[in-house]
Amino acid sequence: MENAQQNNRQIPVIYLKPSTGWLPLDFGELWRYRELIFFLTWRDIKVRYKQAVLGIAWAVLQPLLTMAIFNLIFGVLLKTPSQGLPYPLFALTALLPWQLFATALQRSSISLVGNANLITKIYFPRIAVPLATIFAALIDFSVSFIVLLGVMAYYGVWPGLNILWLPLFVLLTLLTSLAVGLWLSALNVQYRDIQHMVPFLVQVWMYASPIVYPIETIPAGLWRSLYSLNPMVGVIQGFRWSLIGGDRPDITMLISVGVVLVLLISGLYYFRRMEKTFADIV
Amino acid sequence: MSDIAIRVENISKRYRIGLARSRPDTLRDLILLKVHQVRGWFKAKRDTRYHPPSHIWALKDVTFEVQRGQVLGVVGRNGAGKSTLLKVLSRVTDPTKGFGEIHGRVGSLLEVGTGFHPELSGRENIYLNGAILGMRREEINRKFDEIVEFSEVGKFIDTPVKHFSSGMYLRLAFAVAAHLEPEILLVDEVLAVGDAEFQRKCLGKMNDVAQEGRTVLFVSHNMSAILRLTQETIVLDQGKIVMRGPTPDAVDHYLNMGLTKQGVRDWAPEEVADERNPFIPVSLRVLNPQGQVVDTVNAADGFAVEVEYNLKEAISSLRVGLYMMTTRGEFIFTSFDTDDPELFETYTERPPGRYISRCQVPPYLMNEGRFVLGVNASSYRIQRFFQDDKALTFTVDATGAPGTQWPEKRLGPIRPKLDWKIKKINSYDESKKT
Repeated sequence: MENAQQNNRQIPVIYLKPSTGWLPLDFGELWRYRELIFFLTWRDIKVRYKQAVLGIAWAVLQPLLTMAIFNLIFGVLLKTPSQGLPYPLFALTALLPWQLFATALQRSSISLVGNANLITKIYFPRIAVPLATIFAALIDFSVSFIVLLGVMAYYGVWPGLNILWLPLFVLLTLLTSLAVGLWLSALNVQYRDIQHMVPFLVQVWMYASPIVYPIETIPAGLWRSLYSLNPMVGVIQGFRWSLIGGDRPDITMLISVGVVLVLLISGLYYFRRMEKTFADIV
Repeated sequence: MSDIAIRVENISKRYRIGLARSRPDTLRDLILLKVHQVRGWFKAKRDTRYHPPSHIWALKDVTFEVQRGQVLGVVGRNGAGKSTLLKVLSRVTDPTKGFGEIHGRVGSLLEVGTGFHPELSGRENIYLNGAILGMRREEINRKFDEIVEFSEVGKFIDTPVKHFSSGMYLRLAFAVAAHLEPEILLVDEVLAVGDAEFQRKCLGKMNDVAQEGRTVLFVSHNMSAILRLTQETIVLDQGKIVMRGPTPDAVDHYLNMGLTKQGVRDWAPEEVADERNPFIPVSLRVLNPQGQVVDTVNAADGFAVEVEYNLKEAISSLRVGLYMMTTRGEFIFTSFDTDDPELFETYTERPPGRYISRCQVPPYLMNEGRFVLGVNASSYRIQRFFQDDKALTFTVDATGAPGTQWPEKRLGPIRPKLDWKIKKINSYDESKKT
């Protein structure tokens, strides 16, 4: 009887010991901290649009304005091929996952340093911080997605059954963001160069992804395979395919997914290894 | 199930000195560093031997146990390892060596307002901060009204906290933290904030927590708070536990720890070694009117206090000053060598060299008793070069002080000689009686 009561109280025991080696991610612990992740995400969104007159409307304007500029330069002036689709729509289907990725990347890379006051004072799984920035980017994405549906309706393009695959590609975008975000945020704790490098990285990465041009521009075969080492190639290709059709994802998709997995798993381990030192060096 | 809440064995934590600062923070710094290194290859070939990074043990072989429901005080000077100990116990940082186990959820008040965001309203910050401190949402919902009431910010609860006064901000922050319900609470210096009224309230709350049978580890510089809230206290010095005992004994030990009885405190070079710090303290002395270094001064004579120091480089708007404190840690006064506008103008930049800053404490100022002197060297709002809150203690003797014809103890840390006049304004009027 007494025993049962004691068990009910469930006093957890925490062990303190020097950290050694490479640890896997503790999913159970992450789940216990889900409310913290929720509130950090909520804070990110709230704060981002707090003193902006247009508020969340920026999530609508950003892809629309970028689409307009791309259309003018690449569509009208340079006459870039666009799989026989209206160029604005062609660009927008790629811009959506791209902006999700770019926003997540930019914000997550500085997230740990930006939350240094939390990290040096309170214990929680550190991964909650970059994770929250990525979830916050997902909210922007959802708003932008409605814009995309509007543009599709405007051009009278309707997605086929392929759209059922879309959630998978959104997930892939998130995993790609997380993979890169884990590496960059952990590295940025020690080397602040990362935060200066990220804007360039994003710019170069954008042109290295089939956003303003179709993937067919890259010669099939070896070059295409090398090109697909960029995980965003697979993501964008899959997005376009599931929404507006075109070439079915092929081997390039597999290569991209493979790269994402390698980046993600190594990123998780690297992050876990470095997180014990965050409080000391941030 | 044991009755132990916290048990640590030989916990040690090592930091690399200057790690944070020697790392280039920006690309520019990195390039400058690289250029410097490249230049280094061409000249000064001799000095290429490996310099091992210097380490400091912030905690060294700390072993102790805390019983469930015990309120344990932790005292020690700045840098004794108190904060590091709390960081290790709260898992913010891992120990370098040793082992520990903690039975129960840990809540820490390492600094109130952690995670507060200025753009968010009071209400939003309560939820955010609560989540950060480990409260569940329904738990916050349940305690929301109580928190708001405790914080006394009532009608501003939907205003962004950036518009709060610092007092309101701290009250709200403490209110959230005070409503945590972990089995083990780690408290660091939260009582150092807010006005006297709020501090009293915080102390009351801490008292309640202690009464509720929760385990509390209480770190503070405020000796009266330690004395009031704890029965047992650990004294840390240079990362080691030098004493554990009943709080009054521990506080006494702490206050007299490492203090010279000669009215002088010398800093050994290795004590204050930091290559980057241009300010190197040498000595702090208490002098009698004859210029002798003494432990006991006479209240009626006044005395001088001098700080001797080296400046490796010129420092602009440097101020070197003193804190005078009671042995309970209450401040009596603070004074800086460039308080005087004329000296302030003269020393806008203090060139490198060896200096003595000396001040005269006037006669008939201090009451009898033991006092603590602290030293601070800083540039206002720019940088603190050196601080030692209790560099030495000395004794003031009451001989010749006002009122010594009555052999009673006068209350208060000061005993000024005030200009009393007694004037008869009329003769006693007997006629009024009738």
